Amino acid sequence: MTDAPYDRAPGEISTTAEAQRLTLSDFGIYTVGLVLAVILTATSFWVANTSLLWAPGVAMGLVVLAIAQMGVHLVFFLHITTGPDNTNNVLALAFGLLIVFLVVVGSLWIMTNLNDNMMPMSELMNLQMQH
Amino acid sequence: MSLAVAVSDVNEDSFVPASEAGPAPKRIVVAFGFWVFLLSDIVMFSVLFAAYAVLVRATAGGPSGVQLFNQVNVAVQTACLLISSYTCGMMSLAVSARQRFNTYIFALVTFVLGAAFLYLEVHEFASMIARGAAPQRSAFLSAFFTVVGCHGLHVTAGLIWLAVMMAQVAFKGFRPSVDRRLLCFALFWHALDIIWVWLFTAVYLMGIRL
Repeated sequence: MTDAPYDRAPGEISTTAEAQRLTLSDFGIYTVGLVLAVILTATSFWVANTSLLWAPGVAMGLVVLAIAQMGVHLVFFLHITTGPDNTNNVLALAFGLLIVFLVVVGSLWIMTNLNDNMMPMSELMNLQMQH
Repeated sequence: MSLAVAVSDVNEDSFVPASEAGPAPKRIVVAFGFWVFLLSDIVMFSVLFAAYAVLVRATAGGPSGVQLFNQVNVAVQTACLLISSYTCGMMSLAVSARQRFNTYIFALVTFVLGAAFLYLEVHEFASMIARGAAPQRSAFLSAFFTVVGCHGLHVTAGLIWLAVMMAQVAFKGFRPSVDRRLLCFALFWHALDIIWVWLFTAVYLMGIRL
């Protein structure tokens, strides 16, 4: 309990008595994380290969599975939780995710618009060939 | 009962806010700094991912992902990295329990699995280049080799770091500075696994559906 006034280092398992009472053993935390990650990975590979699912929705399904697995890794391997001793780590993560989201979605959005407003690729290729 | 006594009683019994607790211990400051570095590294990867996603159809008449990617290879790579992340966690537990032998064993397993991952990746790159799918063939292949190769370089750096850390444990023992470095290494290795989750999803599994 001597650590209570300070925040917890990222990657460190909470050592407060309350957290110890509420959660699994340290070994159990990693094992649950591994099992969940294996299940999500196997589902991703199945989703990519099956013909049972509506094909245009597969990409979105894969993204959702990847976000879920990222969450599993963050909670069970990196021990980023919503506890009060973890606020700084979560805030840094939230800012990082905001930048990642802006970069990826912004790039795709702008480049899709550009492609839609440009002449078809085959004509463009022909133009370049003439140089 | 004087006011001073009452105040000191309150301070001992109740929670001290972080703003009044003084500077945090070095372990927390170092790990938080490394966490911020990892997030900036992830932002760098997001730029490479965005470039790949924009260029994925720009094959310039060359081979596309459907013809190049071998799913069995990717599945084995994923298994290697995921299990090595787990054994890295076991190593962290052995370090906190001060079990020197278990630390070496789990570090060795982590190293071997990471090296197996790298071997498979180098093998994949070599076979692609041998089939004429080199980085200079198309914008798609340039982006592919950049994003996957950058992750591979990170794994290489992680393996070197792990070997150095084991030498430090052997010669310096579990002193606080070594402890902090081991904590940072575990963070680095788990973060690499998160990058790989996005690689096998966005590059390989979506690549075979295009």
